[in-house]
Amino acid sequence: MICREVEELIHAYSDGELDLVRSLEIERHFQDCPACSGLLERIRALRFAVSKSTPYYPAPAGLEARLRSRLREGAPVKPQAPRRMLHSWQWAGVAAAVLIAAVSVGLLMRRPATTDLLAREVVAGHVRSMMASHLTDVPSTDQHTVKPWFNGRLDFSPTVGDFRAQDFPLTGGRLDYLGNRPVAALVYRRRQHVINLFIWPASAQPDSNVVQRDIQGYHLLQWNKSGMAYWAVSDLNAAELYQFAGLVRTL
Amino acid sequence: MEGYRSSWNRVQKSELARFEQTVLPHLDAAYNLARWLTGTVHDAEDVVQESYLRAVKFFSGFHGENARPWLLAIVRNTCYTWLRRNRMDDQSVELGETVQVADTQSASPEAVLLAASRRELVRQAVEALPVDFREVIVLRELEGMSYKEIAEIAGVPIGTIMSRLARARARLQKLLSELDLTEAHA
Repeated sequence: MICREVEELIHAYSDGELDLVRSLEIERHFQDCPACSGLLERIRALRFAVSKSTPYYPAPAGLEARLRSRLREGAPVKPQAPRRMLHSWQWAGVAAAVLIAAVSVGLLMRRPATTDLLAREVVAGHVRSMMASHLTDVPSTDQHTVKPWFNGRLDFSPTVGDFRAQDFPLTGGRLDYLGNRPVAALVYRRRQHVINLFIWPASAQPDSNVVQRDIQGYHLLQWNKSGMAYWAVSDLNAAELYQFAGLVRTL
Repeated sequence: MEGYRSSWNRVQKSELARFEQTVLPHLDAAYNLARWLTGTVHDAEDVVQESYLRAVKFFSGFHGENARPWLLAIVRNTCYTWLRRNRMDDQSVELGETVQVADTQSASPEAVLLAASRRELVRQAVEALPVDFREVIVLRELEGMSYKEIAEIAGVPIGTIMSRLARARARLQKLLSELDLTEAHA
């Protein structure tokens, strides 16, 4: 990494917003470059001074109460003596039932919820990869260069396909970190659109069909095959992304 | 008819309870942001009240997990409307240039006063930032929010937040250039 790149990423680094690979690279640079490590020191000192000296203004006493009453004013007035209204102790029962229902639904929903979290991480990984102009660690259009590059960097070997003939050329590979583990990120292109394909082992998961999610304007396609989890994310239109997923699934 | 009305009311009441449960806990964050963006105690409270009344209207459309960035986006928009109405936003820049000169001269030699005036200088420097810089500093350094959350609140891409933060910090460094910040850090 050169100084100019470091200057671009140094705030993201000091804010803990860089991915693992680039954090390690930038740290390596700091060891050899007194100018950049001095810059980091000044940023840290400033951040420390700002967070220590800048007052946090909590809401004044009474604001919450005033708000609550204003919010209730907005609600329509309760009609007089409506029939079949429940007593307060009955409401307690209803509340308890609702709570129990909510908790059990919550337990049932647990897996999708973590998947949603993961989906957001995948999108964040995609956005980061484009933001810091560091799409690839191994920029190569040759699948036989990209695949071996992951050897020794990951505890699994991702399948790397080349779909140049179908207009989804491979542009390289990258190490990323998702769901608390290092994962393979393969980068493909479709016209000017970038597709990140994240792959990691999911041995407990049976093969599945493609599931689509849309987050922050990005399309995500997720499926499991032969003990691996696949996530394709891009701003490409969904139809073409499905076509891409179809190609990957035939490998 | 009455039965329909009362059940509709019940829905409203339970919705309001849900609103209070998910959105009211972020009152301090809402107030802090409004206080920093409007710059006055009285207006901050008005803006917060208005924001909550707006938020409750839009609440049925909120299905996310985290209400804090959602609420703060509403607070921010309300602040900007307020700023436009009061045309306060463009004064901050000029104010910034005078901060360090005026206060370094009046700084007392006593250590205690010195520390207090250092703190005061930092606070003034943050207040002197243009509003779009001030908001990223407040959300990042005081609220500890992620780039993604700040981007959601400000309605701009994450990359914009990254460069705004860098420029805001560079501006602060310049405003506070006469203070030895590394000393305060140690």
